Amino acid sequence: MTTWPILSVVTFLPLVGALLIYLVPGEDEAARRNARWIALWTTLITFAISVILVLRFDPAQSDFQFVEKASWLASGITYHMGVDGISLPFVILTTALLPFCIIASWKSVTVRVREYMMAFLILETLMVGTFSALDLVLFYLFFEGGLIPMFLIIGVWGGPRRVYASFKFFLYTLLGSVLMLLAIMALYWNGGTTDIPTLMHTAVPRSLQTWAWLAFFASFAVKMPMWPVHTWLPDAHVEAPTAGSVILAAILLKMGGYGFLRFSLPMFPLASHDFAPLIWTLSAIAIIYTSLVALMQEDMKKLIAYSSVAHMGFVTMGIFAGTMQGVAGGVFQMISHGIVSGALFLCVGIVYDRMHTREIAAYGGLVNRMPLYAFVFMVFTMANVGLPGTSGFIGEFMTLLGTFKVSTPTTFFATFGVIFSACYALWLYRKVVFGALVKPSLMTIKDLTARECLTLFPLVALTILFGVYPKPVLDMSAASVQQLVSNYNTAVSAVKAAALLQ
Amino acid sequence: MIQAIVFLPLLGAILAGLIALFGAHARNPSGDTVEHHDDGHHHGTAAHVGGDAALVHVAHDEPLAHDDHGHGHDDHHVAEPPAAGSRGAELITTALLFVAAALSWATLINVGFLHHDAGVLELFPWINSGELQVSWALRVDTLTAVMLVVVTTVSSLVHLYSIGYMDEDPNRPRFFGYLSLFTFAMLMLVTANNLVQLFFGWEGVGLASYLLIGFWYQRPSANAAAIKAFVVNRVGDFGFALGIFAVFWLTNSTDFETIFHAAPSLTGKTINLLGWHADALTLTCLLLFMGAMGKSAQFLLHTWLPDAMEGPTPVSALIHAATMVTAGVFMVARLSPLFELAPNAQAVVMFVGATTAFFAATVGLVQNDIKRIVAYSTCSQLGYMFVAMGAGAYSVGMFHLFTHAFFKALLFLGSGSVIYAMHHEQDIRNMGGLWRKIPYTFAVMCVGTMALTGVPGFAGFFSKDAIIESAYASHNTFATYAYFLTVVAAGLTSFYSWRLIWKTFFGTPHDQHHYEAAHESPIWMLIPIGVLAAGSILAGFPFKELFVGEHGVEEFFRESVKMNPHILADMEHMPFWLGQLPLFMMIGGFAISYFFYISRPDIPEELASQQPLLYNFLLNKWYFDELYDVIFVRPAKWLGRFLWKKGDGFVIDGFGPDGVSARVLDITRNVVKIQTGYLYHYAFAMLIGVAGLITWFMFMGGQQ
Repeated sequence: MTTWPILSVVTFLPLVGALLIYLVPGEDEAARRNARWIALWTTLITFAISVILVLRFDPAQSDFQFVEKASWLASGITYHMGVDGISLPFVILTTALLPFCIIASWKSVTVRVREYMMAFLILETLMVGTFSALDLVLFYLFFEGGLIPMFLIIGVWGGPRRVYASFKFFLYTLLGSVLMLLAIMALYWNGGTTDIPTLMHTAVPRSLQTWAWLAFFASFAVKMPMWPVHTWLPDAHVEAPTAGSVILAAILLKMGGYGFLRFSLPMFPLASHDFAPLIWTLSAIAIIYTSLVALMQEDMKKLIAYSSVAHMGFVTMGIFAGTMQGVAGGVFQMISHGIVSGALFLCVGIVYDRMHTREIAAYGGLVNRMPLYAFVFMVFTMANVGLPGTSGFIGEFMTLLGTFKVSTPTTFFATFGVIFSACYALWLYRKVVFGALVKPSLMTIKDLTARECLTLFPLVALTILFGVYPKPVLDMSAASVQQLVSNYNTAVSAVKAAALLQ
Repeated sequence: MIQAIVFLPLLGAILAGLIALFGAHARNPSGDTVEHHDDGHHHGTAAHVGGDAALVHVAHDEPLAHDDHGHGHDDHHVAEPPAAGSRGAELITTALLFVAAALSWATLINVGFLHHDAGVLELFPWINSGELQVSWALRVDTLTAVMLVVVTTVSSLVHLYSIGYMDEDPNRPRFFGYLSLFTFAMLMLVTANNLVQLFFGWEGVGLASYLLIGFWYQRPSANAAAIKAFVVNRVGDFGFALGIFAVFWLTNSTDFETIFHAAPSLTGKTINLLGWHADALTLTCLLLFMGAMGKSAQFLLHTWLPDAMEGPTPVSALIHAATMVTAGVFMVARLSPLFELAPNAQAVVMFVGATTAFFAATVGLVQNDIKRIVAYSTCSQLGYMFVAMGAGAYSVGMFHLFTHAFFKALLFLGSGSVIYAMHHEQDIRNMGGLWRKIPYTFAVMCVGTMALTGVPGFAGFFSKDAIIESAYASHNTFATYAYFLTVVAAGLTSFYSWRLIWKTFFGTPHDQHHYEAAHESPIWMLIPIGVLAAGSILAGFPFKELFVGEHGVEEFFRESVKMNPHILADMEHMPFWLGQLPLFMMIGGFAISYFFYISRPDIPEELASQQPLLYNFLLNKWYFDELYDVIFVRPAKWLGRFLWKKGDGFVIDGFGPDGVSARVLDITRNVVKIQTGYLYHYAFAMLIGVAGLITWFMFMGGQQ
């Protein structure tokens, strides 16, 4: 279909940008400026090319598109890339958000700017690669590789407890990954290949399914993060620089959900079906537990981090419901959460840049001096609450609707999330934005600059657009989700039928 | 035409919002640097940062000016200049609303009288996934048309009124933007053709209500009330959302037509919720009704409504009296084909409605804030409407909704006129004798009161009596209970309504200073209340046949509601003296309040001191706020802190990463200690190891 390897270009172009920055040395102001501009243009061009992907993508087809294949390692391990309706939204989300991260770091990062920009560009390559890899080894490489730049971003440019946070982040995620590597080997011995599309159509024996599912689960549950392995997330968010939090919340968390959709459900449908009640329970606990915890937070970033865990609970619940609305809602919820939570962290970053504190109690009455900020923050707060008309509603609604059929109690408990989310989100907004402006330190605070408007208003537009007209995202993923769901249900019902015959 | 009705307010909201946003931005500088000063010198330095001195001054004064003791004061004396474009925003939104109102009346005539069913206008798809096919659509039938008229008429009058009432407020563009946004959301709600769009409007009006209650965001009490309103409504929406999921599970659709078509085949189906096999339709209806309870402030979920009086008075008239709070009633009427199939759910509806009607009326007896009295009265009247819904007399409930919109908006706007005249005094104990000062306001308040209490000839008389008759005629489990409570509540309503009139307009002035300065409101405010006063009379008798008459209802509503087939006929057979009972109760209430507050003003205080328990019980609204604080708010906070510190901090991190790293350190420390450097230690350890190995091989070898 395409004459040039468009997917590889999107994946590796940021790496070229990073190389360029590396080749322009210097520690003076000019070098910093160059690094910023190179990074910005690289991410913008990458995004522009990824838009071509959308334009040429055929949403009616459920198979992988823009496929590239080349022999690579030994026999069976290939350089295999491609996207379908499930992975393409994540690729676009990644390429679209990176320019915002660069712009958001324009002024707030002043030390080691070149290295910072390089870390982000390398991270972009690894994230896009994760979502478009069609070979297990290649996937593993990208998936794990992403840890390193993120580890550095938190550990070098982070807050006071950055070392603790970065090690916690690294150890948690690495532990899961080691188990996943074992499972990948097991799959290779079983199927003789690491090619993902082939493996999706290879029946895996039931006993291996269980173990492989658990191994993958260990990795993805940490990434997601699911309760009770979520405690690295608040610490990582609090210490990470603003753009690091944005990437972490908007994209890195989505790798877990993507992994469930790409591996757990299609490759181990029976194990997924067996373990679904476990996932539902953990999801419902996550939604209620972390919402309650969010209610009591004193740090803005921690509050949003805990609310992220709750929102990811809806995703895991919807995915393992195995229904059309549940899975499509899960995908949509991840995209929406990427936009909304990313924007919320940008909002926190804006006041952090001014006041150098994230403590909720240090703020109050910002609306008196920052009307534009108040407006933008209100939109994202409402999206976080899941108000209909914002993108946050669609995902929550669809996942809950899709789960009701298969597990009413899960839906019952998970729906409590809509009450709690209103409590913590509005409470945060009230404490930070509403009220009289009485704190002397805030008297001279100023409203959004043009640069900050540039990072936030496009996200406001997307949040409302996808809330009113989510069709572009839903249509993009519909065919692939449909196939995933029908394959899953066929596999499950075949086993059920066999069990009945005995 | 229907597109114009719905989207003109949205256009107004967007324009006013832009004016507000640009105006506010122009007044506040942007920049990402903050002048940093030593902590001790903030006061000195803040003042000399250019033109910000005035703002600093305002901000310092604000908390004192708005000090609050649980009773709101419509106080908006802010030393800020009005926002640029205020007049423009006012005129744009108000004019657009009047156009929408005119078109709505045309629609009502077209649909209700000329029988042109405009049907459903599909706009564009919304959520499509598998069987879930939801689109944005505007549905017009008689039920919708009645709501359109109520919403746009009251809204346009409130817009007009607000031009006068808010004339001292510096943030008028924002206010009018919110008002129009609310109207748009409400119109989306009433024109919805599926449950999801209904939910959109439902939460949209919740958002507008939240923004408007918290309009004076510098007041802590307003912010608290705004959050309370949103959260309590969310508790109701929890049920509503589950109800939608259940409906989709049962019918694979959220479209009204499909649901209603499938409904008869669903009787007898059960749903398994936590091991409890409930009748599917009953459970679904109850869940949906939970949403209605939240929005319409019914018993148990009513606590937000009195607090919502923190918002400006025009907001209370529009949102918390005439339109938004009736959304729950509208929803039950809209879903009448479902409720008609679930008699047990109807029983609950009637029980809750009757309880609310009685409960809110008792609380209204002793309140002293003029707006809170009217708020409890609203709560009580909404209870009446639900009684009719429970009886299956949907058109009768809608009749009361229709008349109530006029006289309750009138009472609120009239109270606003009193408050405006008294310079933002809201406590009726500080009023008195005002009829001489503000005769026009007094006259319209009397009209509103007579309509509310059901004086023959006024609008409320026809609709309220019809509801009480429907409760009597119904075969609902709680019919007798509802009949009894609504009759008693009618007497209580009369008492507290006239009490308000006596204490406000008669007797001796309690605050001579305010009394002297009292003056009639500007013409902007008097016109709308005049129109509403006319409506409080005219909305009754001319519409009686359409809403209550057996033949009229069939002609007027047609397919838009599914009535209980016998209820209207049975209402005709009411024994004469039972039918007159509410009238006697009304007269009784009037007489007692006259006796209490005009003839013998010492009696009420004596009574209150004789019965302190009962008096405090009523004054503190049956202690619901305190109760909820103890059983919900505090445990949730405690649990949140517990899970955070103990759950995350102690258990998960303690046994997880922190614990593991601590153990690793311990082990390495001990391992280091083992390495003593003495040869005989190592030799001894080796010996033990060899001995152990040999033993193991011997035993294992023996087994083979």
